[in-house]
Amino acid sequence: MDPETKRLLALTGGILVLASIAGYLLSRRATTDSSRATIANLNARIRSWWVMAAIFSATILLGPTFTTVLFAALSFLAMREFITLNRTDRADHEVLFWAFFVILPLHYFLVGIGWYGMFTIFIPVYAFVFIPFRRVLTGETHNFLASTSRIQWALLICVYAVSHMPMILRLPLRGYEGENAKLLFFFVLTVQLSDVLQYVWGKTCGKHPVAPQVSPHKTWEGTVGGILSTVLVSTLLWWATPFQPWQAALMALLVCLAGFFGGLVLSAIKRDLGAKDWGNTIAGHGGFLDRIDSLCFAAPLFFHITGFCFGTGMDPRPPAWLLEWIGR
Amino acid sequence: MRSILAAIMRLVTGVRRLPALPHADGPAVYFANHASHMDFAVVWAALPDEERERTRPAAAEDYWNATKLRRCVACQLFRAILIPRREVTRANHPAERLAAALEAGCSVILFPEGTRSENGETGEFKSGLYHLAKRHPEIPLVPVHLENLSRILPKGSLLPVPLIAQAHFRTPIHIEAGESKPVFLARARAALEDPVAP
Repeated sequence: MDPETKRLLALTGGILVLASIAGYLLSRRATTDSSRATIANLNARIRSWWVMAAIFSATILLGPTFTTVLFAALSFLAMREFITLNRTDRADHEVLFWAFFVILPLHYFLVGIGWYGMFTIFIPVYAFVFIPFRRVLTGETHNFLASTSRIQWALLICVYAVSHMPMILRLPLRGYEGENAKLLFFFVLTVQLSDVLQYVWGKTCGKHPVAPQVSPHKTWEGTVGGILSTVLVSTLLWWATPFQPWQAALMALLVCLAGFFGGLVLSAIKRDLGAKDWGNTIAGHGGFLDRIDSLCFAAPLFFHITGFCFGTGMDPRPPAWLLEWIGR
Repeated sequence: MRSILAAIMRLVTGVRRLPALPHADGPAVYFANHASHMDFAVVWAALPDEERERTRPAAAEDYWNATKLRRCVACQLFRAILIPRREVTRANHPAERLAAALEAGCSVILFPEGTRSENGETGEFKSGLYHLAKRHPEIPLVPVHLENLSRILPKGSLLPVPLIAQAHFRTPIHIEAGESKPVFLARARAALEDPVAP
């Protein structure tokens, strides 16, 4: 493990230790029932953070294959929540089977072998075309457009967008060969820290809601305070990335804004479906999709902008062994 | 073995285990809406460990007794009570077999619709639940509303889709003295459907 990775892990551990101490002190000071409930939820969140940070750090250290498998599992669980809340009907059943058990594994297989050309188009082209083809075979025309769109969105958000995170490990960057795990860590840390700091700023001095109909707890104070303080912290982490400090600041600002809008968009979808949380698997947070909502939209943007500005170009050709295998 | 199987069922379907029994201790009749082949295993997996050990699902004899494998799964693994659906006589009456299990101190799981629903809606109840309640009016009848099972493994499909299932255990009901069959069955069905019904 190189010293920079150690410093990133130590920093994450340090933040969590501080959060746990703060949570403990707050729980001793809470007097009213509502503040006790808030602090209990806060502490549940912090405990879940320990688990999530441990799993994420361990898989990153284990290498790209493990990271790909972790994100494939995350996509599976997120899509499961997404489809469960969407009232899909009988005619969608076979299409959904394909989405969960064929399209998702195949897409992550492409991530695993690093075939960039097929990775970028597999879901937007092949799956996009296949889903209405399979659905039309059922002969059911009721809700046809809505149903196929829901499944296409599910794949785009939960699988395609999420898979750009493990793909960061394969991005060739100038003067940064073999160090991409730190960039993935930087990205996830920035987006999640932004979520946490927006929550902290919002709870302590939030007054004016940003979008009361979509997400009543998001305030201007929380959003601006959270994003600015995250940009500050992430800029100080520039040494772990291929960026200069000012570039790190701009990239952090970009992913915080994308994360903020991503969270809002998924809240809007959730409200459209009449739910408060996507699930109840992660104590204090809700479902998997509640935790990764802001990562979903930020990941493809971060991947492509970093690749465009700092990359040496992804190779779209299939891997050599595949060409050999099909005899070309 | 059985508790491992139940844990796998919960992991696969996302069903949560009940923290406590919905009724006072003692045998109970769990009745649920029927949408998929997995239904009885889902109710069974959601029960607390001790209760699960003494709970026996009712299963259709014509299906579960048809091959050796099915018979083994139903009778050895789940200790199912096989219920004839056709050619019911006084000697092999389903209520008799279920009542015998209750009298032996077991709880039972049964699906009063008698068959899986085609469209996810709960169908009309057959009379089995009424006869059982009439014989043992003291035993609590626990409505269990299963959600999303018709989307996970619908009738007519062999391919499961991994959605999150839910088993809602409602407030237990009892048959009232002199309650007629249609009134009781309608009340039982309403208790299953509506979370606030008694």
